[in-house]
Amino acid sequence: MELYVPILVLAVLAAGFAAFSVSIAPFTGPKRWNRAKLDAYECGIEPTPQPVGGGRFPLKYMITAMLFIVFDIEIIFLYPWAVAFDSLGLFGLVEMVLFIVTVLVAYAYVWRRRGLDWD
Amino acid sequence: MNPTTGPTLVDFGHDPLWLSIIKAVFIFVVLMLGVLFGVWFERKLISRMQHRYGPNRAGKFGLLQSVADGLKMGLKEDIMPRTVDKVVYLLAPVIIAVPAFLAFSVMPFGPMVSIFGVETPLQLTDLPVAVLLVLAMASIGVYGIVLAGWGSRSPYAILGGLRSSAQVVSYEIAMGLSFVAVFLAAGTLSTSEIVAKQAGGGTWDVFGLEIPQPSWYAISLLPSFLIYAITMLGETNRVPFDLPEGEGELVGGFHTEYSSSLKFAMFMLAEYVNVFTVSGVAITLFLGGWRAPWPISIWEGANTGWWPMLWFFIKLVLVFAFFVWVRASLPRVRYDQLMAFGWKVLIPLNLAWILLYATLKALRVPESNKAFILTLGAIIVVGGLAIWFRFDTLLQRRREAKAAQIEEEFEQLREEPEAGGFPVPPLDLPHYHGVLPAGQASTAVKEVTSGSN
Repeated sequence: MELYVPILVLAVLAAGFAAFSVSIAPFTGPKRWNRAKLDAYECGIEPTPQPVGGGRFPLKYMITAMLFIVFDIEIIFLYPWAVAFDSLGLFGLVEMVLFIVTVLVAYAYVWRRRGLDWD
Repeated sequence: MNPTTGPTLVDFGHDPLWLSIIKAVFIFVVLMLGVLFGVWFERKLISRMQHRYGPNRAGKFGLLQSVADGLKMGLKEDIMPRTVDKVVYLLAPVIIAVPAFLAFSVMPFGPMVSIFGVETPLQLTDLPVAVLLVLAMASIGVYGIVLAGWGSRSPYAILGGLRSSAQVVSYEIAMGLSFVAVFLAAGTLSTSEIVAKQAGGGTWDVFGLEIPQPSWYAISLLPSFLIYAITMLGETNRVPFDLPEGEGELVGGFHTEYSSSLKFAMFMLAEYVNVFTVSGVAITLFLGGWRAPWPISIWEGANTGWWPMLWFFIKLVLVFAFFVWVRASLPRVRYDQLMAFGWKVLIPLNLAWILLYATLKALRVPESNKAFILTLGAIIVVGGLAIWFRFDTLLQRRREAKAAQIEEEFEQLREEPEAGGFPVPPLDLPHYHGVLPAGQASTAVKEVTSGSN
């Protein structure tokens, strides 16, 4: 646990600084009220009303997020394997090849169904 | 600790609290000053690359320019649009800034030194999973981006936030994969031990001069290093992957609504600290860490005491200069090209290289079955190539079919000029010059000339 204490110290320092900066921001500058300033910026046109709760966004981003989870988990499997490679030997190598081939099946499927194309 | 290779994991966790506080404050101050210096250095260097002077008014060589900019930023009006989600909007700058600093806590600056009589490594702390901490902090930074975009409740901000987060997570995969070969070679995730593993190989004897063999992972694991160098540009949203702030289309991206006050300063700070972090990771994992490079390392004292901190910061400035160089040289890529490159090139290349390297490494184990491993390696290579060609030709065919279809539609449109679909207004429409035709005058909107507002 002692290894994590210094990280906590730095976290307190950084969080304190960031929170301080954000909270004094309204007080250091001048205040000149103007109705148009308080609208969302849309290059000068009337701002588009935004639905409460975020509204819709393109499905592509959700697919990207899903794929990210799949591959991120793959990475998490690869790290301990890489560290323990010398003691696992040939068994570890074969296991990892099988695992990556399994992930590649999903990857190839997504590629084939154009999940990786953006337009 | 081993005197020739530097501190390892057992040397950490013995610092008294006051020492941890000193080290943390030091890292914090160095990063803050580093951002001020970095902004100036980037502007100055890119100016010289473009045949101009850059900042040269504030202080000697314009060195105080970024201090002046920071002060001015603090004295600007702080605007919070009334539609924003207040909690999320105010929390986002904090969420993005804190993990950027935390990632630096496992960066090794040097070997054991004595600070006020306590023997301690020049590194805040080290963990058995240190590199994982860096990746985790990069992931938490993405929350700041998403929440800033979402909390602003403005179309540009939300689009920029989505784009930016999609890009960062995509490149994070390639980045995480490029580390695997390093862990295979080093057998550990602890940053100080990875640096220790890169300490000196054998030497070549050239005309009586002893030239050490390169022991940096950047050389022995070159493909990993090249992939990492690309992904670190994508991960920090830097040119040529600076899509999130595509000025022409998204204004400022996810920080559009943060005006030019201290809240925006947090985003700026986080961006530069992230650049330093990925540079530091590049140095630690691939470029030998704080160890002096060859011509300097002939001097015996080069890797002892406080000197390594100097080598580390020199390397940091050089890697940062690489970022600036890339910015001056390359244009911005298109978004679909960016995503395609990340998903279709970097990830499969990375996986193939990892398996290839693991196979080579298994070959070196004396009692292994060589024929079996070689067959396995051959299957991997052939399989990878087969998948590549299959999909590449498939997509090529589809693209050609699509192009042919568009061409055909154009041909059709050319034959019927009236219903062409092109936005050409008919030439006989009445023109509007702010004066309405007679008869409609009463409700007419009075034209306001620009500049009179």
